[in-house]
Amino acid sequence: MRLALVLSVTVAVLFAASLLIGPGGLGLGESLRALFTGEGGPVALVMREIRLPRAILGLLVGATLGLSGAAMQGYLRNPLAEPGLIGVTATSALGAVLALQTGLVAAFSLALPVAALAGAALSVVLVLLLAGPRGGALALILAGVAIAALAGALTSLVLNLSPNPYAASEIIYWMMGSLADRSFTHVWIAAPFIALGLAALVTLGPGLDALTLGEDAAQSMGVNIARLRLVLILGTAASVGAAVAVAGAVGFVGLVVPHILRPFVAARPSRLLWASAFGGAAMLLAADIATRLIAPERDLKLGVLTAIVGAPFFLHLIWRLRGSEA
Amino acid sequence: MNALLDLDRLTVRRGARAVVDGVSLRVAAGEVVGLLGPNGAGKTTLLRAALGLLPHEGRSSLARLSPRERARMVAFLPQGREIAWPVPVADLVALGRAPHGSPDRDDPAVARAIARMALEDFRTRPATELSGGEQARVLIARTLAQETPLILADEPVAGLDPEAQIRTMQVFADHARAGGAVVASIHDLGLAARHCTRLVLLKAGRLVADGTPREVLTEANLAQVFAIRGYHAETGDGPVFLPLGTVA
Repeated sequence: MRLALVLSVTVAVLFAASLLIGPGGLGLGESLRALFTGEGGPVALVMREIRLPRAILGLLVGATLGLSGAAMQGYLRNPLAEPGLIGVTATSALGAVLALQTGLVAAFSLALPVAALAGAALSVVLVLLLAGPRGGALALILAGVAIAALAGALTSLVLNLSPNPYAASEIIYWMMGSLADRSFTHVWIAAPFIALGLAALVTLGPGLDALTLGEDAAQSMGVNIARLRLVLILGTAASVGAAVAVAGAVGFVGLVVPHILRPFVAARPSRLLWASAFGGAAMLLAADIATRLIAPERDLKLGVLTAIVGAPFFLHLIWRLRGSEA
Repeated sequence: MNALLDLDRLTVRRGARAVVDGVSLRVAAGEVVGLLGPNGAGKTTLLRAALGLLPHEGRSSLARLSPRERARMVAFLPQGREIAWPVPVADLVALGRAPHGSPDRDDPAVARAIARMALEDFRTRPATELSGGEQARVLIARTLAQETPLILADEPVAGLDPEAQIRTMQVFADHARAGGAVVASIHDLGLAARHCTRLVLLKAGRLVADGTPREVLTEANLAQVFAIRGYHAETGDGPVFLPLGTVA
């Protein structure tokens, strides 16, 4: 319970900080007054149309990555698992890249998130086809890796054949992941999918706890593994697909957050789900604030920052695992 | 008397080969059934198919139950002793309570199971930090915490020290005396002879002998199924069996 309090206070503080920190140089009182009353002209505009949706998206995307990462690690019983493992990040990114490349985005600004969501849906269909609705964990991993590799190759092909260097650089920048310049339209697109996905994933707690003892033991304790796997795939695809659609590919949050929090929840997968949702939100809000503080004029990308923090942590994790398995 | 487990011509095929071949078995309350047979005889497959975890032909009384009903009827100890996360022992044992509601480490059934397997000193330790034998005891305790009429255990005493082996078999005997039943695959013929009320001998997926230890562990059966010979005696503590050597 103390952990829940610490995490929720941290998220609340970071959410407020995300609202109050930015290049506008607005005063604290002025910002809050504009946010709550809607008065103050441009200040209200900045607060309500730029910073509020950005903070909300930080919260939603972070919670998605943390929770889906914890669920994936719990299902696969592997601390190195992350939400992109079923290929959803790569196929969403491919959808978005196609929307950028074909110029659909220029004609219709919502084409990008819609195409990314379609990419996520495609990954679900492919994973279920390849791994089978009752396939085991290994089949799921292999199907996910194959789909991610293919989607990555197709994304590279689009970049490779891009006749327009500006389109190519736009694609590359988009793929780095960012929450800058998002509007409430993005929130409304992503929120329903994220809410549905997260609602599905949090129901998996008891089943994931039982899976600590392996699939046979879990099934003998009444867990329907085939159903659990289906809910996991659908929940992850809906929430992570929507997150990628509005924020691009932000890596390492889903890997690192559950791992950091595991010791604080006595390693119970069910409790780790909730904790990782809060932890993911905190990490993403903090990283997004950091992009604004470290190099406000250079548009530092969110995904770059989470990877720069996350990759060394990943190396540390491998180092420690190597030690414990020796 | 109603059987707690009723298998009727249970068959499991892997490709063209029948790994379990037409096994019929009724287990009643009060029985501790030792499932014997050499490696690859089909013991694990039989237990998993009986639970409905494998596609099979024939009939198992357990496979017809809903997952939740089944989890209240039978507790299963798989052979692969997997503990994926460093969960404290009491929380791990409490997972056995899931079929009866939400797992709670303060549930009296959890305390009973922990006491039966003498794990009181380990309650708050992460299970993954324990030795292999201690982890095996934790997993048996989880099975006991489920407090089901029937227990199916796949090699429950493998890797346990002698005290824990005898304790486990006595816990099973107590469970049977209290109106339950246990089916356990066992390689230690001495323990099986000493603690099981009934032995079932499998060879190449077929049931080749079924009866009391005295009836099953005959010279002919031992030579035919295990290619060994042994020493059998009745003592004040019950039947004693000792494998002596192989036969050509």
